[in-house]
Amino acid sequence: MVRGLTPVVCRRMGLSAAAPLWGAPGLLLTIALLLALSLHPAQTWAPVHRDYCVLGAGPAGLQMAYFLQRAGRDYMVFERAPGPGSFFMRYPRHRKLISINKRYTGKTNAEFNLRHDWNSLLSHDPRLLFRHYSDAYYPDASDMVRYLSDFAERLGLHVLYNTTIAHVTLNKDRRAWNGHYFILTDHRGQAYQCSVLLVATGLPVPNQVDFPGSEYVDGYESVSVDPKDFVGQNVLILGRGNSAFETAENIFSVTNFIHMLSRSRVRLSWATHYVGDLRAINNGLLDTYQLKSLDGLLESDLTDLAIVKDHQGKFHITLKLFMEAGNQSSDAIPLPQDDNDNFAMRVAYDRVIRCLGWKFDFSIFSKSLRLSSGSELSKKYPLVRASYESKGSRGLFILGTASHSVDYRKSAGGFIHGFRYTVRAVHRLLEQRHHGVAWPSTEHPITHLASAIIRRINEASGLYQMFSVLADVVLLKENATIFEYLEEFPMQMLAQLETITGRRARHGLFVINMEYGRNYSGPDKDVFFSDRSVGHMEDAWLSNFLHPVIYYYRHLPTEQEVRFRPAGWPLPRPSALHHVVEDFLTDWTAPVGHILPLRRFLENCLDTDLRGFYAESCFLFALTHQKLPPFCQQGYLRTQGLVGTESLRQHGVESGLLWDSAIMGQRQGASEQQPGNHRPGGHPLAPGPPVSPFNSNKEEL
Amino acid sequence: MMSSSFSVFRAGISFVMMCIFYTSAVDSPELSPQKFFSTLQPGKATLVYFCQAESPRTSMFLEELNEAAKPLQDYGISVAKVNCVTEETSRYCGSEKDMMKAYLFRGNIALREFPTDTLFDVDAIVAHVLFALLFNEVKYITTLGDLQNIENALKGKGNIAFAYVRAIGTPEHRAVMEAAFVYGTTHQFVLTTEIALLESIGPEDIEYPHLYFFHCKPVLDLTQPCRRILMKQSLTTLNIHQFIKTMEAPLLTEVTEDPRQVSTVHVQLGLPLVFIVGQQATYEADRTTAEWVAWRLLGKAGVLLLLRDSLEVDIPEDTNVIVRRAEEEAQMEFLALNHIDLIVFHVESTMYIEEMGKYEDMEDLNIGIQDDEVEETVYRDRKRQLPLELTVELTEETFHATVTASDSIVLFYAGWQAVSMAFLQSYIDVAIKLKGTSTMLLARVNCADWSHVCTKQNVTEFPVVKMYKEGQNPVSYTGMLGTEDLLKFIQLNRISCPVNITSVQEAEEYLHGELYKDLISYSSMSVLGLFSPTMTRAKEEFTEAGSYLKGYVTTGIYSEEDVLRLSSKYTVPLPALLLARHKEGKIESIPLVNVHVQDIVQIITNASLETFPEITVENLPIYLRLQKPLLILFSDGGIDLQHEKTILMLAKKKYLDSLTPCWLNLKKTPVGRGVLQAYFGTLPPLPLLVVVNLHSGGHVFAFPSDQAITEQNLLLWLKKLEAGLESHIKVLPAKEWKPPLPAYDFLSMMDAAASEHLTRKDPECIKETDVQEGDKEQPDDKSAITEESTGTLKMKHSSRSSWFEEAKKLLRHDNKEL
Repeated sequence: MVRGLTPVVCRRMGLSAAAPLWGAPGLLLTIALLLALSLHPAQTWAPVHRDYCVLGAGPAGLQMAYFLQRAGRDYMVFERAPGPGSFFMRYPRHRKLISINKRYTGKTNAEFNLRHDWNSLLSHDPRLLFRHYSDAYYPDASDMVRYLSDFAERLGLHVLYNTTIAHVTLNKDRRAWNGHYFILTDHRGQAYQCSVLLVATGLPVPNQVDFPGSEYVDGYESVSVDPKDFVGQNVLILGRGNSAFETAENIFSVTNFIHMLSRSRVRLSWATHYVGDLRAINNGLLDTYQLKSLDGLLESDLTDLAIVKDHQGKFHITLKLFMEAGNQSSDAIPLPQDDNDNFAMRVAYDRVIRCLGWKFDFSIFSKSLRLSSGSELSKKYPLVRASYESKGSRGLFILGTASHSVDYRKSAGGFIHGFRYTVRAVHRLLEQRHHGVAWPSTEHPITHLASAIIRRINEASGLYQMFSVLADVVLLKENATIFEYLEEFPMQMLAQLETITGRRARHGLFVINMEYGRNYSGPDKDVFFSDRSVGHMEDAWLSNFLHPVIYYYRHLPTEQEVRFRPAGWPLPRPSALHHVVEDFLTDWTAPVGHILPLRRFLENCLDTDLRGFYAESCFLFALTHQKLPPFCQQGYLRTQGLVGTESLRQHGVESGLLWDSAIMGQRQGASEQQPGNHRPGGHPLAPGPPVSPFNSNKEEL
Repeated sequence: MMSSSFSVFRAGISFVMMCIFYTSAVDSPELSPQKFFSTLQPGKATLVYFCQAESPRTSMFLEELNEAAKPLQDYGISVAKVNCVTEETSRYCGSEKDMMKAYLFRGNIALREFPTDTLFDVDAIVAHVLFALLFNEVKYITTLGDLQNIENALKGKGNIAFAYVRAIGTPEHRAVMEAAFVYGTTHQFVLTTEIALLESIGPEDIEYPHLYFFHCKPVLDLTQPCRRILMKQSLTTLNIHQFIKTMEAPLLTEVTEDPRQVSTVHVQLGLPLVFIVGQQATYEADRTTAEWVAWRLLGKAGVLLLLRDSLEVDIPEDTNVIVRRAEEEAQMEFLALNHIDLIVFHVESTMYIEEMGKYEDMEDLNIGIQDDEVEETVYRDRKRQLPLELTVELTEETFHATVTASDSIVLFYAGWQAVSMAFLQSYIDVAIKLKGTSTMLLARVNCADWSHVCTKQNVTEFPVVKMYKEGQNPVSYTGMLGTEDLLKFIQLNRISCPVNITSVQEAEEYLHGELYKDLISYSSMSVLGLFSPTMTRAKEEFTEAGSYLKGYVTTGIYSEEDVLRLSSKYTVPLPALLLARHKEGKIESIPLVNVHVQDIVQIITNASLETFPEITVENLPIYLRLQKPLLILFSDGGIDLQHEKTILMLAKKKYLDSLTPCWLNLKKTPVGRGVLQAYFGTLPPLPLLVVVNLHSGGHVFAFPSDQAITEQNLLLWLKKLEAGLESHIKVLPAKEWKPPLPAYDFLSMMDAAASEHLTRKDPECIKETDVQEGDKEQPDDKSAITEESTGTLKMKHSSRSSWFEEAKKLLRHDNKEL
C-alpha cells in the first residue's frame, strides 16, 4: 500500500499520456495517426480473442492473472510499461511505502501471518512473500517493483508489455458470454476482443484544482525530493493526505515553516481505523504544529483560493473573489491582510506544492461502456457494484485501487492487502458464472461448526483485512446436520449468493464478519478513552476493537432487505446475532471466554445440543435414550467415538461432568437419581430443559 | 380482577345494569321493530341487528353476536335482534340488499350503523361498539402532529395512553378499548393504526401492536417532552390494566419498615420490589439515584427508598440494593451494585428468566459455566506435560520430506480444539506402546500453526489421522478415536492387505493364526480368499475389498494351482472365502457367487460380528447398526457359562433372529451401571436380562428376576413379549437434544440500549443535570460531558475555518462603501 489516497495499482502512464493526445486535435494527432497507419497497416487485422482481458500489470492485474492462470483460463494482461508495477517506479516520490512488511509475528501460521503482511500477493509459492524482498518495516518502493516483476516472471503470467490500450468499446454480439464483447484497441491499432474485461489501471491521474495562480504550483508528481532545495523557505502544501505529509516530512527540518491547507480536517488513521488516512509514520509535522514550532495546518476550500506572484517571485494567498475584480497587476490585487491584519496566511511563500491525490482515468472508455464515476465522496473512482462489476456493463469488472469506491474510508479494498482478496472473490464469481465451477466450499457435520468458525476467525487474513466487506458464509443443509463453509464472500451481495456461488442457501445461514465497535472509529473520536476495552463475554456486543460478529439468518435476505438495512449495520437485521468478545491478542481460542458463548449461540440458533461427549457418555445415552446428541450421532455411532484417556476421565469425574461409577456404586439402591437427568456434580448432561431458540422466543413475546 | 374493575359505573353514559328480559346472555330475543322501539330506555346503549331472513351468512354473524352479548353486557350495553319480516317494517330494516346491518342506539337515538362484515367476530363487535361509545375518550389520530398536539395540550394536566394496533376490530384493539372504558376518564387514550407514526416514535419491531404511557402530568416546562414508557408485554386487557396500574403507582416510595413487610401495588401485580438502601447523611443523592432507578424500572418493578439509619432491621454492611421477588417464598437478595445499569440489568435479566419460566429448578443458571465434558477435561488437564517428543512434529518444511521418506501415521490436530487435544493424549499413549517396536513413524501436525499444510492434505476438520505409505494414496483412519483401536489399525497395517499366501501349508498356518501370531490379539478373525489363478476379475474385487478393510480385518489371498486342495478340504466351490475365528477355533467357508467389492466387504463385516458378543463402549455402534432390539445380559464380572450356553442354544435354534443378543460385563464396562440405574432407578441384583427396543418405541423389558434363566423360561418370556403380553418397565425418553442453556441475546441487548437511548434522549435532560449535581459518580454524566466537549470542539473548528468567510464579508462591506 502506498500513501493514503495514493493509488497502489500500476499507474497506466500510457493512459495519461494518451489523454492529451486525444484531447488536443490538430497537427500532432494527425501525424500520429498517419504514422500509426503507415507503420502498422496491420490495424485491419482481425481482432485477437481472449476470454479474459486484464488492463494493467500492477498488483491487482497480476493477482487476477495468477488466479486465471491457475484455473487454466484464456487470458491476457495488457501493460503500457516495459515491466510490471510501473507506478512504483515513480511513486511514492520519497520511496518509502507505508504498507507494513511485518516479518515477525511469533507465529508460523502462514495464513495468519498474511494479516500482518500488507505487500505480498496471494500465491501458492512461499518464496513469493514480500518479506523475502525487503527487511524494512516500511519497505522501499523499488523492492515492490522487483517483487512484482518476480511474481509475474516466476509464475509465468501472460503479460503483454509495451502495449498501450488507447480505446475500449463495446460490440454487441449474442454469442458472447455477456451479450457483448469488449473491443480493446492498442496504440498500434491492434484490436482485441474480450468476453470479460478486468480493469486494474489504478488511479493514474493526479487531482488538480483549478484556481487563479494554480500554474505557480508544484505538483507532487514532479516536485523536488531533495531537501536542499527547500532550505530556509516558506512552504505551503495543498492537501492533507499521506502524500502531503510525506512531502512535508521530507523537508520540514530545513524549511522556515510549512503551512498545510486543505478543505477538510486531518483524519488520523489510528482514530479512523482506515489505513488510507494519515499514518503516524508521516505525521511529524503535527507534532511541530501543536508544539508551536512555526508549522501549521489550516482548513479552507481550495476552490476559493488564488495565488498571486509578486515581483520578487514570492507567492501570496488571496481569494478568487478579489481576482475577479478585473485585470490588475500583481501588486494591485487586494490581499486579505489589507483589511484583516492578522490574517493567518499573510506571509509570502517561496513555494506552493500540490499533493491532492489521484483519480481514475475514464478517458479511454467509450460511452457505450457506461462507466461513470461515483458519488461526491468517491468521485475519483468508477461506480461499481459490491461484486466489483460495473453498474453500466455486464462483464466489466474494476479491480484493485480503482475498485475502492466499495469500501472507501472503511476497509482496505484500495490497498494490496485488501484487494488481493477482493480480486480472488471476483475470480470465484467468474468461475461460477462462466465455467460452472461453484464457489469453493468444504462440507462438515454440524458438530464441527464451532471449530470451523474458530479456525477462521483466528487465522483468516481476508476476513481480517477486508472486515465488513468480505465475510465467510455457512450454509446449512436440510435438518441442519451438515453445513457448507464458504470463504470471503462479498457480503453486500448476500441476496445474490445463490447465483454468484452456485450453492444453495435454503435452510438458513450464518455470516461471519469482523467489525470494529459502532461509534468507535472516526476522525474526531477519542480512541484511547479509559473504558475502551471489553473483557466480559456478556458485554461482547460492546467490543470496540476488531472482533468477530456472527449473523444468523433463517432465510437468505432479499436484495431489498440488504439495501434498506438499518443504518450503521453491515447487513440486514438477523434472526440472531453473536459477538465474540474482543481480544487484546486477537486470539479467540479461550475455551470459556470465546468458544463456549459461540457454541451456545450456535446451539440456540440450530435448536440443538452441540457439546462434545466421550464415547462412554455416548454409550450411556445410546442405551438410555431414543435419540442421541449430534456429537454422538456423527462420531460415536459411526464408530468414531472419542475414547479419551484415564487421566482425562479422572478430570471429568472431578468436574462432575462425567459419569462416575464409584458414586453410582455407593448410592446403589438409595438414589432415585436418573443418570441421564441429573449428574452427581449437579450439571445436566442429558437433554436439558427445553430452551426456546431465539426464533420462538421472539414470537412468544 | 379485570371484571371487577370493569363493572365500575361510568359518567357519560348511564348504563342500566339490570337484566332486561331481552338481554339474555345466551340468546338475543327476537323482537318486532315496534316492540323493540318501545323497549329502548333513555341513555341506555343497545346494539341492534335488523334482519330480514335467515341465511348461512346471517346465522354466522348471529352466533358471534350472541357470544358478544355477555361481554357487552358487562359494559352495560344490550344486544337485540329485530325481525323485519313480521308485520310492519321500519326504516332500519332497509331493503333486502343491505339486510346485513347493525345499529348502535343510545336511548332511541341511532349513534352509528355497522355493516355486519366489520363485526366479523366477538373481538370486532366489542371493539367497534366501545370505540363508537368512547368517541370522546379515545382519540384516533393519523399523524405525528396530532400526537404532539395532544401531548402539548396535556402537559402538566394529565397522562396519555398511546396505542398502536394493526387494525380496528382486532383483539388488541378490543383490549385497548376495554382498558379505555375503565381508565378513559383518568388518562387520555390515543389510538392509531399508522405504522409510520409508530416508527417516528421508537425503533421497535413494528409488526407488533404497542402501547406507550406518556407521563405528561409532571411536565411543567412546555418545551420538554413527556417521558414515554413502552409496555413490553403483549396487548391484552389484563396486561394493559397491570401496566397502567404500575404507571399510576407512585414513582418512588420511601419506607421505614422492614422490607419483608412492605407491600405495594407491585406486589399484588406480581412484580418485584427493589429497595435502594441509603442513609440520612446522603439522603438527597440517594433519592436522586433511587428516582433514576425508578424511571428505568417503571412498569417492571416497584422502587423504594430505604434509609439504613431509620431502620431496626439489620442489613448487611455492603448492601446497597435489596430485591424482593413477588413470590411469597422468594428470598430477599442483598446486593452490592455500584452502577444503575447493573441494578436494572439484574432485575430485568431475572425477569426474563421468569418469563421463560423454564429454569425454575436451576438456581445456578450460568451461561458462562462449561458444560462440555471434553472441553472441561482437556482444560483441567492443560498443565500436564505430555511426552510429545515420542512423536515427530511436522512443519511446512518437513512434512513432505518426512511422509515420503518413511511409512508414517500423521495426526492432524489443532491446539485450541478440545476433541483433538483429548485424542492427542491417546495418540501419545499409542506412541508409548509402540516405542522402539514399530517401523511406522508417528508424526503430528498442529494445524493451528501449520494451516497450509493441513489444507493441502485436505484436512479441514480436526482431528484427522492419515497413514502415508510409499507408493500409495494416503488412507484416513476411520475407527474409534482411542488408543486401542488406533493401535490395532497401525499393527494390522504392518502386513499388506490382502496378504499374498504362497503355499497350502502357509494358508493353513494363516488360518490357524500361526502365521501372524502377534496380530491375533488385534484381529480375532482372519479372512482368506480362494481363487483359481484364472479368476482375475474376482481376485481384483477381493483385493480391493481387502485394502478397503485394511487396518480393521486381516485378509489373505491364495490362488496357486493347487488351490483346489483347500477348496475340497473346506468343501466349498471356487471362488470362496474362508473365515477363521481364532477365539472359537472355527473355520467357516462362504462361496463367492458373482460378487462385487461392496458385497465382499459386507460379507466380511457381517461375519466379523459375533452371535453373542460382550458389548463394550467400543463395539456397541457396530451392533446397533443391525437395527434390532438388544437382548442384554448384565453380568457383574464374567458371564455365567450356563447362561451363555442357554442363549447360544436359543440363537442356534433361530429363536433370537429378531434380536441382537449380547452381554455386558459391569467390571469391564462400569458405565453399564448407569444404564441399569436408568432402567430400574436402583441397581438391581445381577445377573439380569433385559430387552431394549431402541429403534422403535424405546421400551425396556426385564426378564423376571425370580425366574431362572433357562431355555424354556426365556423362550416363553420372549413369546409373551412378542405377543405384547409383557409390560415394559421403562420407556426411554425420546426427547430431542436441545440447547442445554440459552445464549447471550445480544440483539435484544442492542435493542434495549437503542430504545433507552431514544426514550432517554430528551425527556431526561432535566433529570440529568439534577443527577450531576447530586452525585458525580452517576454513569450517564460521562456521555453528557463528552457531548458537550465535542460540541465545543466543533465550535472552535468552525471559527478557525471561517476566516475566508469573514474576508468575503469584509470585501462586500468595502464594495458597499465604494
